Amino acid sequence: MNRLDRLENQSIYILREAVATIDNIAMLWSLGKDSNTMIRLAQKAFFGRMPFPLLHVDTGKKFPEMYAFRDEYAKKWNINLLRQECPDISETDEDLPPAARSAARKSLGLKSAIAAHGFRGLIAGIRRDEEATRAKERVFSPRGSSGEWQPRKQPPEFWNQYATDPPPGAHIRIHPLLHWTERDIWAYIRREDIPVVDLYFARDGKRYRSLGDTDITRPIDSTATTIGEILDELAQTRQAERAGRLMDHESEDAFERLRVDGYM
Amino acid sequence: MSSSQNLPPLHFVLIGHVDHGKSSLIGRLLHDADALPHGKKDAMEKMCKRRGVTFQWAFLMDALQAERDQGVTIDSAWIRFNSHGREYILIDAPGHERFVRNMITGAERADAALLVIDAQEGLQEQSFRHGFLLHLMGVRQLGVVINKMDLVDYEVARFTALEKEIREYFERLDIDPVAIIPVSAVEGDNIVQRSSNMPWYKGTNVLDALQNFQARGESVDLPLRFPIQDVYRNDTQRILVGRIESGQMRIGDELLFSPSNQTATLASIENYPDESPAQVQAGQCAGITLKEKIFVERGELVSHPKNPPIESDVFRARIFWLAQTPLCTGDVCELRLANTRITADIENIEWVVDPASLRRNQVDAIQVNEIGEIVIRARTILAFDPFDENTNTGRFVLAWDKQIQGGGTISMQGYTDRRLARRATNITRVPHHVTIDERAQRTGHKNGVLWFTGLSGAGKSTLALTLERRLYERGFQVFVLDGDNLRYGLNADLGFSPEDRVENIRRAFEVAGLFSRAGMLVITAFISPYASDRTRAREVIGDGFREIHIHADIEVCEKRDPKGLYKKAHSGEIREFTGISAPYETPKNPDLTIDTAVNNIEECVEKLLAYVEAEFRL
Repeated sequence: MNRLDRLENQSIYILREAVATIDNIAMLWSLGKDSNTMIRLAQKAFFGRMPFPLLHVDTGKKFPEMYAFRDEYAKKWNINLLRQECPDISETDEDLPPAARSAARKSLGLKSAIAAHGFRGLIAGIRRDEEATRAKERVFSPRGSSGEWQPRKQPPEFWNQYATDPPPGAHIRIHPLLHWTERDIWAYIRREDIPVVDLYFARDGKRYRSLGDTDITRPIDSTATTIGEILDELAQTRQAERAGRLMDHESEDAFERLRVDGYM
Repeated sequence: MSSSQNLPPLHFVLIGHVDHGKSSLIGRLLHDADALPHGKKDAMEKMCKRRGVTFQWAFLMDALQAERDQGVTIDSAWIRFNSHGREYILIDAPGHERFVRNMITGAERADAALLVIDAQEGLQEQSFRHGFLLHLMGVRQLGVVINKMDLVDYEVARFTALEKEIREYFERLDIDPVAIIPVSAVEGDNIVQRSSNMPWYKGTNVLDALQNFQARGESVDLPLRFPIQDVYRNDTQRILVGRIESGQMRIGDELLFSPSNQTATLASIENYPDESPAQVQAGQCAGITLKEKIFVERGELVSHPKNPPIESDVFRARIFWLAQTPLCTGDVCELRLANTRITADIENIEWVVDPASLRRNQVDAIQVNEIGEIVIRARTILAFDPFDENTNTGRFVLAWDKQIQGGGTISMQGYTDRRLARRATNITRVPHHVTIDERAQRTGHKNGVLWFTGLSGAGKSTLALTLERRLYERGFQVFVLDGDNLRYGLNADLGFSPEDRVENIRRAFEVAGLFSRAGMLVITAFISPYASDRTRAREVIGDGFREIHIHADIEVCEKRDPKGLYKKAHSGEIREFTGISAPYETPKNPDLTIDTAVNNIEECVEKLLAYVEAEFRL
């Protein structure tokens, strides 16, 4: 088995374990490259019939290309799509820096969706190599009853035995891509021919490496117009993937605070 | 893509006592190996200036606010870097004893480990504990880093003394460290470059030592082990999915399902959306269909018939315990092994090890973060392998309240494979020339076994003997098999050890089956506390088997105590007494329940007589 086969098999195991052990789960679809990869893995894991809905927590501020992508592939992939709108920014924590506050709308939207549908498990496409607090995550990561992450109280996780039982009223986040890197994702997208939004490819010397809301995401300088060129670029770069995501960098712990409060 | 993108990355974990400098070593290693993200060190230095603290290499690794505030690594983190064309995944495990659960979480995937030891403090409690835990988890590749050599003036004598102590300790665990390296993380000695401060040291530096470690591959050459993770049904087929833990299988193979002991032929290997392969092997998540229609569920373990896993409900295990509440003899846990989850009783706690001296202390409980050996008895038969023979199917976790509290590895030392007990199923029976119907015509009743089960003192023997007399008077060919009577002869070689108890019941139901096939109605009176034994009796005896629960509450039985056994059990004179110190699994769907607390003997016998007349009289 090669590297991508290993990762693929591990993710399929995790997805099947989530379905076998947790009732009422959904997969988060942010419309980005990672969640598109998760969809492909789920199609493989469940032989083309996904046993859970996809949830798009919609801030209303994504790029138009992303909405077009969503509508096209929701149909093509025959997806049971749930859309959840996010509340106004006035409802977020005033103490957060501005971009983090904007991002916090998504956590609130997510909480509403969990309450409305009673989800006990949410599959999210985060990866360890994206960000330092995500590097400390679990594959099955219990959330508190108000959706919060308690990094000090993470359960032990070993030998493919997971914390599959959320406490009453709480839910489990499941992270099938936790072990993948950004380069793995692109290599797999190329191998499997997974569609992604064009914004990832360079136009006029710039491309988006990570896609968030229009107002808090910046493109990077790049000439990469193909996946091959993106992989070459990533092999060279010393910049962090989320360098263009403003909310990660406003203060030392801004992103950790967002995550503790239920952000992905 | 570079070639390293296709090799499995080497996972290695940094372990050691708190404050011996693991995170600092990592920060330094990544910096010197030029593997830090751009600007990361600058950003940290700025952060330190803002907070008015001195820059520490550890800050580069400690991501959580609480970790930076307290200067303690709380949770394991994964850090990737490339060196010499190879990809490494460095797992930074916390050294504080409060976070052993996180250390385990980090260490479980490790191919190798680097143990960091403070040159001043030497081996400390967590150094030993972490070393022993690695040993238990099967990590055998170890490098040792003696850190903070700058604080002992780079003295060769100090290094040599520690080196000797370390080698002696690990020799006893059967681990041979690939290198013992004197370093200073703060000064950068022997991390990536040879140190000019320690000219006496001729060995390898840390980065080079990593190259000697081997990544674990998949266990393709071991016997097939394919635990069923789930069963997907669609209109036309049932697909069994799971990950192949070891070995390989191909279309047409005969497969054995344990513990249900069924066989079937592999019809197809499902794959979406690509074409189906003819063969799948260890590490792959497979979906298969079978030629024969058999009922299997999540938790079954698939093998080839020639190389089956062990089947047993009792085994020995070396465990680490992570819960604040100690694990005691008699505790009930949920045992999770591969995709199985079953209830299990902690039958005995054999010993707890002192990781420093490796001395084994006999105790009644395993405290948080301790390592010990126990005997576990599951409530049903389980399929598995000894850890030494197959890692993935030889280990398990224990859960309380649905939360994982500890883990362990299995040994069958002193216990027997229950599969051996049913080998005889492959022998063809010689057909009798007198049919069972002919025998029934002569006696006037059908043959069968009334299997009485219930607590000691519930009234099994009393009712069995009274019923025998009354049925005899009504013309039945009837005979009581009593536990004590069997132990005088047929079972005289058996004691009360777990295997002997199982064998005692096995012989009992085999004999009952023979009597029954001879045309008789048999009444048995055994406590038979385990549902698995009763199920097996039903399987062996077949149609005429009736499970009859002779019920009385434990309080009632204790008050009766005809043989004075409860008194002895309470005083500890008898161990593992059903209902007191050993479980009684109440029958879920008995054919008949007789409540001896509510009804007197005569009423009970009348009920039984009516039942027998209805069920067995021709």
